[in-house]
Amino acid sequence: MAKYKSHLLICGGTGCMASESDTIAETLKAELAKHGLENEVQVIMTGCFGFCEKGPIVKVLPDNTFYTQVKTTDAAEIVAEHLVKGRKVSRLLYTDPTNKEHVSDSKHMGFYQKQIRIALRNCGVINPENIDEYIAREGYQALGQVLEMGAQAAIDELKKSGLRGRGGGGFPTGLKWEFASKNKADQKYVICNADEGDPGAFMDRSILEGDPHSVIEAMTINGFCIGATKGLVYIRAEYPLAIKRLVTALGQAREFGLLGKDILGSGFDFDIELRYGAGAFVCGEETALIQSMQGERGEPTVKPPFPAEKGYLDKPSNVNNVETYANVPVIFLKGHKWFSAIGTEKSKGTKVFALAGKINNVGLIEVPMGITLREIIYEIGGGIKDGKKFKAVQTGGPSGGCLTEKHLDTKIDYDSLLASGSMMGSGGMIVLDEDDCMVSIAKFYLEFTVEESCGKCSPCRIGNKRMHELLTRITDGNGTMEDLDRLRNLGEVIKDTSLCGLGQTSPNPVLSTLDNFYDEYVEHVKDHKCRAGHCKSLMQYVIDQEACVGCTACARVCPVNAISGERKKPHFIDTTICIKCGACMEKCKFSAINII
Amino acid sequence: MTKVKSLADLKKMKEQLQSKVDLREKGEDPDSHVQIKVAMATCGIASGAKTVMEFLIDELEKRSIDAVVTQTGCMGYCYAEPTIEVKLPKQEPVVFGYVDKKKADEIIERYIKNGELVEGIIPVNYNTIDNK
Repeated sequence: MAKYKSHLLICGGTGCMASESDTIAETLKAELAKHGLENEVQVIMTGCFGFCEKGPIVKVLPDNTFYTQVKTTDAAEIVAEHLVKGRKVSRLLYTDPTNKEHVSDSKHMGFYQKQIRIALRNCGVINPENIDEYIAREGYQALGQVLEMGAQAAIDELKKSGLRGRGGGGFPTGLKWEFASKNKADQKYVICNADEGDPGAFMDRSILEGDPHSVIEAMTINGFCIGATKGLVYIRAEYPLAIKRLVTALGQAREFGLLGKDILGSGFDFDIELRYGAGAFVCGEETALIQSMQGERGEPTVKPPFPAEKGYLDKPSNVNNVETYANVPVIFLKGHKWFSAIGTEKSKGTKVFALAGKINNVGLIEVPMGITLREIIYEIGGGIKDGKKFKAVQTGGPSGGCLTEKHLDTKIDYDSLLASGSMMGSGGMIVLDEDDCMVSIAKFYLEFTVEESCGKCSPCRIGNKRMHELLTRITDGNGTMEDLDRLRNLGEVIKDTSLCGLGQTSPNPVLSTLDNFYDEYVEHVKDHKCRAGHCKSLMQYVIDQEACVGCTACARVCPVNAISGERKKPHFIDTTICIKCGACMEKCKFSAINII
Repeated sequence: MTKVKSLADLKKMKEQLQSKVDLREKGEDPDSHVQIKVAMATCGIASGAKTVMEFLIDELEKRSIDAVVTQTGCMGYCYAEPTIEVKLPKQEPVVFGYVDKKKADEIIERYIKNGELVEGIIPVNYNTIDNK
C-alpha cells in the first residue's frame, strides 16, 4: 500500500478548471510516474482556493508551497525541481504585490489576511455544547478582566476600540453602553437582539449555534458595565437549534458559577432569560422588539426616549445585536489597539457577510472593514456562477440597495455603503448577474416590506403598497414615464416621514436601482422589454419559421390552444391567447421557439 | 461541579482544559488518535451532517480506529455542506466538503487509514485571531 510523503493539491474550482487545471493534474501525474514517484507523491484535485485571480493554483504539502498561474508546461519543472531535487520553482511562487518578493509559504500570503475570523473565531472550531472547550479557548477570561478593571474603564476600552453595532445601523457600541450606564434606575436590562430577519442573512444564527458562550460572556460584561443584573435574549422561534444550544450553554454557565450570584467572587449578580419572537421583521427594530418582549404588539415607538433611558418595562436598557456581542470578549482579550488596527478609519474590525446569489462559493465570510467588493466576489467568492457577467450586489437586504460595477473597488464600510445609496444592514450580500432583472429585484424586496410593515404609520403602510403597485404596473408593461417620477417622489417621502427604521429604509432598493439602472426601467416602460428575460408580461414566444418542421408537438402541448398550423408546415403562436407558460418551448426538439 | 471563584481560577482551569483538549487532539499515543469535527449548524444538519456523523461514529468503531468525533458550529462553507474537519495525529487539519456516507467511507479508508488525500478538500482561506 502506498504511503505518500507529499501531496500536490490542484484547485478544482470553476475558475481554475476553466484554465485546464484538470489537464495540469494529469500531466503532473504522468511526470511523477516518469520519475518513479507515483507512490510517494499524491496528486489531488481540491475545492476552490478562492484565489481565482491567480489561478490555476497548485499547492505542495507538507511544506505549504503555493504556486500560482501554473500551466501544463510547468508540470515537468515542478516535479523535476521541487519534488525530485527539493528546490522550489521560484518563478511560479506568489509575488507579494507590495514588496515584490516571492512568498513561498502560503501562510504568509496577504491573501490569507482577506478573511479574519473574530466574531466567528470559535464557529466550526469548538463543540458549542461543551463549555470546557470555550474555556480552553480563553473563554470567560474577558469577563474576569472586566470585573477587575471596573465598569468605566471597560466602557472606555470599548469606546477606544471603535466597535460599532453590527445589526445594521452602526451606532458606536461603547457610547451606547455609556448612555445606559449613566441613567440611574433600580433595575436595568441587557438585551440581545437575535431577531435576524433579513432574507438571506444567517450570521447571528450561526454564531448562536456555533459559539453561544461568547454571547453570554459579552452580555454579562455588558450587564456589569451598565449596572444591570438581568439579561434577555430576544430570539425568533424559527431558530430551534440556536435556542437549544443557547439554553444548554446558559445551564453550563450557571453550573460553573459564571452566571448567577457573585460571579467570579466579584459580588456581581447576573442572569439571562430567553424571549421568543414570532418572526416579524419589524421586531428587529429595537423599540418594536421591546414592545414585543413586554407582550404587546410588535410596533415601534417614537425615539426619544431611547431604550437607554426608557426601555424594557420603562427601565434603562441596552440592546445590541448577536454579532456585536460576539466581538466584545476579543476586544478585552486582545486590547483596543489590536482591534482598531483592523478596518478603516471610521469602521473598525470585521464584518460577517452571508454571501449568496449567483456566486460560486456561497457561504459565511468574515472580512475586515475596508475590503473591496472585487476582493469579496472574485477572490473569496470564487467569481460569478457559470462564467456569467457580474451585474450588481444587493447589500443590506430590504433596507439596502445595489452596488454596481462602478462600486467594485470601493472600500466597504458603514459610511461608504451609505454614500453609495446602500447600507451595511445585518450583512446579507446577494450577488446578481446579467440574468437578473433589476426592476423585479426591487419589486421582490418591496413585496417583503409591504408584507412586514406593522401598519402603525401611514407612509410605510400605504406608501409602500402604492410603490409596489407602480412597480407591478411597470413589470406588466403598463408603466409610464410619469410612474418613474412618482416612484422616486413617493420613495423619498416615505424615507422622510416613516416612524421607524423599517419605513425609513424600505424605499432604498427602489431608489438605488432607479439611480443605478434607470435605463432598465425606461426599457420596461418605453420598449416593453425586459433585457434579463425575467418579466413574463413583456416576453413573447415566437416560432422561427425557418427552423420549424411542423411536427405539431408544440400545438399538442399548448394548454390554451394558442398554436396553429398544418402538419409539416411552420406553426404560429397567437400572442393574444398565449399565457407564456413555456410548455411549447420545452417540448420543441428543433429549438424553433424563441422568446423575444 | 465546583464553581469558578475568580479570574485566577479560570486561568488555571483554562490551562487544565487546554491540555485536556490538546491531549484529545494529539492523543496519548500520537500515532493512533484521529479527531473529526462535523459542522452541525442548522444548514449542515439540513444537508445531512447528522447522518454522516452517526455513520462516522459507528464505522470508526466497527473498523477499530481510535478516533474522537465531535460536533461543531458552521464552518462557513455553505456551498459544500455537509463539511467535516479531519485532524490526523501530528498533521494540519484538513476540511472536506460534500461529505455523504460514501465520501465518509472513502475518507476513512483512504485518508484516515493511509494518509492518502481524497477529492473534496476545501482549502483554508482565512486568518484566525491567534495568528493575526
